[in-house]
Amino acid sequence: MKILIKNGRLIDPKHHLDATQDIYIAAGKIVGIGSGPAGFEPTQTLDATGLLVVPGLVDLSARLREPGFEHKATLESEMLAAVAGGVTSLACPPDTDPVLDEPGLVEMLKHKAKQLHLAHVYPLGAITRQLQGKQLTEMSELTEAGCVGFSQADVAITDTQVLWRAMQYAATFGYTIWLRPEEPYLASGGTAHDGEVASRLGLKGIPAAAETLAIASILTIARETGASVHLCRLSTAEGVAMVRAAKQQGLPVTCDVSINHLHLTEHDIGFFDPNCHLRPPLRGQRDRDALSQGVIDGTIDAICSDHTPVDDDAKLQPFGEAEAGATGLELLLPLVCKWADAQKIPLTQALAAVTSKAAAILAIPAGDLLLHADADLCLLDPHEEWKVQANALQSQGKNTPFLGMHLRGKVRYTLVSGQLVYQAA
Amino acid sequence: MLNPQLTPDGKLRHLLSTEGLPRAILNQILDTAESFVGVAEREVKKVPLLRGKTVCNIFFENSTRTRTTFEIAAKRLSADVINLNVNTSSQSKGETILDTIDNLTAMHADMFVIRHAQSGAAHLIAQHVAPHIHVINAGDGRHAHPTQGLLDVFTIRRYKPDMHNLRVALVGDVLHSRVARSEIHALTTLGVPEVRVIAPKTLLPQHVEKLGVQVYHDMREGLKDVDVIMMLRLQNERMSGALLPSAQEYFKCYGLTPEKLALAKPDAIVMHPGPMNRGVEIDSAVADGKQSVILPQVTYGIAVRMAVMSMLAGNSA
Repeated sequence: MKILIKNGRLIDPKHHLDATQDIYIAAGKIVGIGSGPAGFEPTQTLDATGLLVVPGLVDLSARLREPGFEHKATLESEMLAAVAGGVTSLACPPDTDPVLDEPGLVEMLKHKAKQLHLAHVYPLGAITRQLQGKQLTEMSELTEAGCVGFSQADVAITDTQVLWRAMQYAATFGYTIWLRPEEPYLASGGTAHDGEVASRLGLKGIPAAAETLAIASILTIARETGASVHLCRLSTAEGVAMVRAAKQQGLPVTCDVSINHLHLTEHDIGFFDPNCHLRPPLRGQRDRDALSQGVIDGTIDAICSDHTPVDDDAKLQPFGEAEAGATGLELLLPLVCKWADAQKIPLTQALAAVTSKAAAILAIPAGDLLLHADADLCLLDPHEEWKVQANALQSQGKNTPFLGMHLRGKVRYTLVSGQLVYQAA
Repeated sequence: MLNPQLTPDGKLRHLLSTEGLPRAILNQILDTAESFVGVAEREVKKVPLLRGKTVCNIFFENSTRTRTTFEIAAKRLSADVINLNVNTSSQSKGETILDTIDNLTAMHADMFVIRHAQSGAAHLIAQHVAPHIHVINAGDGRHAHPTQGLLDVFTIRRYKPDMHNLRVALVGDVLHSRVARSEIHALTTLGVPEVRVIAPKTLLPQHVEKLGVQVYHDMREGLKDVDVIMMLRLQNERMSGALLPSAQEYFKCYGLTPEKLALAKPDAIVMHPGPMNRGVEIDSAVADGKQSVILPQVTYGIAVRMAVMSMLAGNSA
């Protein structure tokens, strides 16, 4: 299969490319940018006039819900959602049922994903068995099976000794530990930011200190053990400041933020909108501004969708009982465009946080447009407006705080390894 | 954002919270309640305003008192009343609260009175019921208990008619109190110039001052020259955690004794939403004293609930 993509505006954040050029694809690889190899005869030509041609997105957190939660979503439905959102590589947290704590499970997930011929799936293995925070998993075996890092998903390790040992062990092999910083006792029972809105609505709050206390412990242990750490889903201004300081000291730490937290605050909860029940909670405006600033100055490396499909039965509950999470794979790209627009920063810079910089954290060859690289691409109409509604989403999860909103930017084609895997209707 | 309690033309459709209700509607409820106070003193304690209507009291959380006052109010308006205690057991059978509501709607209920342990439960139900059905929040988690807030304000207005010249103090567990939140919103909307909260920091929500109140930690200072003292109920389970060391110490610092009451204005009234913990938040000498209006509160509670139900029924689509 040879594909020629003509007249598109190529954006490659990593190589600072932003120009109208043709791109030539053969045998799954990019074989020419600007000009093709001699005698290139395309079997298919895509006219990309007026479209942006960008590296396929790399999403650092997408829950696929398989195995175990097929009533919420299936591997197939969410992989379709990924490519419909221009996401060609994604990391999935280990909080499936059973938990991704055994090599066999990881192999099976990788195998099933591969057979779908959609996006590339990079599982994160559990740090502890069953995520129980007690016994370490076989990290070396899990890595051989295909894990790219180790995570506790949303479950904290309460025993600091275990956290210390986990980071020591991971550091032995150079594996990265992924942690969402949240001190479990302070966060216990909380469902919203411990601020004005929670006070008014009578919701139990999660103070910002739950995040900063956890970051302080994690960074201290990272310093002592030499482990490289990826902090997931920062939500507070103070948290961003702590990571900024740690990076200045040269600690091997990276971090991400969910796109929801760059757009929304606690006030979006309105009259108990369960779609705004997210983890970590939506915080104040000062926090949102600091998160944006963190992405702009590079303190925050990547933006992720934090895709968490939730079924209606679990969502249609009083706020505190509604399951946390929102669908996000198909909203990531338009919301990043919207964010770049609002912050008045070049699209190239914003896209780096969902392409090359995210790929660097996973240490995978993706997120850029390089000659001879795998042809993972997304073609997007930056002006097309669409309404976020249930029937516009491939994901089985239809719940998002952005439901009913009009967003600009629609993926028209997605290619994975040179194959056209998605084409907008 | 549209106020989910109001119809598009600004009439009361549901009563979910006292927050966001216009002053005119609050006054209308209080004025209507005034006209119902006399009904209880008649020989025939009934008016036919809700004849043929079915009111469902659905209590996902137990409360004999509140349920009883709603039941009496509905019956005095000639409604048919169904009481349902949906405890956790039927929810563990897998029925969601919206399933429960759908089933009762199919039985042609006209009005739901909802009590639930989760903040926002009444809002959720109000968003999902058919347009002709009215929802009254009878307490949702820590969020709101609007009829209690309104009956407290009604009681205050009866004893202290000039709302624009009042100092009101709320004492105790504001953090967990839906009553406190409903009172604060009703009082500030009605133009009470000074609302104080008096509590240790462990029993106050974050940024409570943004609700428009002044914060005091010292009860003696906070009670100085107030016209109204509203004591809040302190639940026993608050004693077991890290919120408070003991009932004794709490009573010493925040219990209302005759000696502390003397710091308020001489004609100050003392209120309590009930049920009281004598000797924990209030001394019996105060609760039964001449400044106490705790029992009139209960009586007025029925009139206020009759007012709310009759107004909602009158605003039916």
